[in-house]
Amino acid sequence: MTGPAGADQVLDELLLRELTPAVIGVLVRRGADFATAEDAVQEALIQAARTWPDRPPADPKGWLVTVAWRKFLDARRAEVARRDREQRVEAEPPPGPAETADDTLRLFFLCAHPSLAPAAAVALTLRAVGGLTTRQIAQAYLVPEATMAQRISRAKRTVGDVRFEEPGDLATVLRVLYLVFNEGYTGDVDLAAEAIRLTRQLASMTDDEETAGLLALMLLHHARRPARTRPDGSLVPLAEQDRSRWNTSLIAEGVAILQTALGRDRLGEFQAQAAIAALHADAPRAEETDWVQIVGWYDELLRLTGSPVVQLNRAIAIGEADGPAAGLAALAAVDPGLPRYTAASAYLHEKAGDLRTAARLYADAARSAPNLAERHHLTRQAARLSQALRG
Amino acid sequence: MAKYLLLKHYRGAPEAVNPVPMDQWTPQEVQDHMQYMADFAARLESAGEWVDGQALSPEGTFVRYDGEGRPPVTDGPFAETKDLIAGWMVIDVDSYERALALAGELSAAPGAGGKPIHEWLEVRPFLTAPPTVTE
Repeated sequence: MTGPAGADQVLDELLLRELTPAVIGVLVRRGADFATAEDAVQEALIQAARTWPDRPPADPKGWLVTVAWRKFLDARRAEVARRDREQRVEAEPPPGPAETADDTLRLFFLCAHPSLAPAAAVALTLRAVGGLTTRQIAQAYLVPEATMAQRISRAKRTVGDVRFEEPGDLATVLRVLYLVFNEGYTGDVDLAAEAIRLTRQLASMTDDEETAGLLALMLLHHARRPARTRPDGSLVPLAEQDRSRWNTSLIAEGVAILQTALGRDRLGEFQAQAAIAALHADAPRAEETDWVQIVGWYDELLRLTGSPVVQLNRAIAIGEADGPAAGLAALAAVDPGLPRYTAASAYLHEKAGDLRTAARLYADAARSAPNLAERHHLTRQAARLSQALRG
Repeated sequence: MAKYLLLKHYRGAPEAVNPVPMDQWTPQEVQDHMQYMADFAARLESAGEWVDGQALSPEGTFVRYDGEGRPPVTDGPFAETKDLIAGWMVIDVDSYERALALAGELSAAPGAGGKPIHEWLEVRPFLTAPPTVTE
């Protein structure tokens, strides 16, 4: 299924996926309902993946529209035959308005509709906008294919009554894309890369600072990916990463996008987060990080979001900028029940020279770590300090 | 083929031979342990015997139905709970003997001093669907 593919095939798959939202848009404009149109396009995509490698079409989009429309008619005929044998179905597409460039944007809005739970919005976006198959999405999220299929069809029922033309909320779309990006690197489908592709597409269709901010944030984090893990999969903390392995062209692109957005003076949380990532990317060595500026951005971020997670990260930044005592003082104002609170406390205690407390806190933090990579990392930190204490 | 569950316990199983807790190992010993586990899973996968493996957080809550229209009762985690599951591996193997052999290998994962932990693992056969041919 997902074995090594030639460059042409890779190109074809991406081309196919890029065409997906436009083709759904055409079908909807011809009068198809979104749910059936989306299914028809998915079937056409699967047929294309099978036949294109041997017989590439001259006009890929035209091919997809034709095949998807035929699948749609088949589906509707079957449906009508079930419900009402009298009713006739027109074989020819009704003359409707031509598709517009906004179709893809409308699909983004529909798939991230506020009536959808986040997991449903993510799945629907990946399928209808991203052009991924249900199987690929299921693999990426480590659930059975049948479960993912149900999640998607329930999501389509939920937005069944939403008009395609209904204006949407960009903020919910950005949140969905952010979730996809954060899901990370497991499985055959690179969700981080997919999130970047979709956010790039969204940014090209909108004139919005926060969309640009999110794209910059993703590019800057993606740039560090080669240095984030060791070959065995274990985590490398930011300060220990081999910065020569950071992707400088992604960093340059992210910084340029961010600067343009910031220049318009409409700050939002994604721009502020990207600014912090950019300051890390700017430092040739960890010791040269401009922590004072980073604290400033965390202040902005806290003002914008009021988020306790931001408060926690800000305490660590203060620990770097003004010393561990100041960091611990800032941490004292944070809710200790927060995930990673104990790990942050361990880190600041070690910096303050209290190795015994730090070792105990690292061991505690490992027990409550939210994922295995972090658990292993924190256990190693505890082991390192215990070894140092034994002398 | 038959499926078996290999259960690892945080506590509740008898003490291992080499029971030093992980945060007291050296960083290299932790690394070697992780590598052993990863290699073991990879080997099972390439042998076509791997089904699933998951680690569980030690956090957990007991919940009980408390009657129609009433919120569920959440009690605990019970302080006196003796047993705590840390994680599992599901394997699909030809025989019970093979399941035991694999559990033995897993239990030999290196711990403090690079020596096998000799940790107790629980092996539980899955109940299967009834066979088509019954006579």
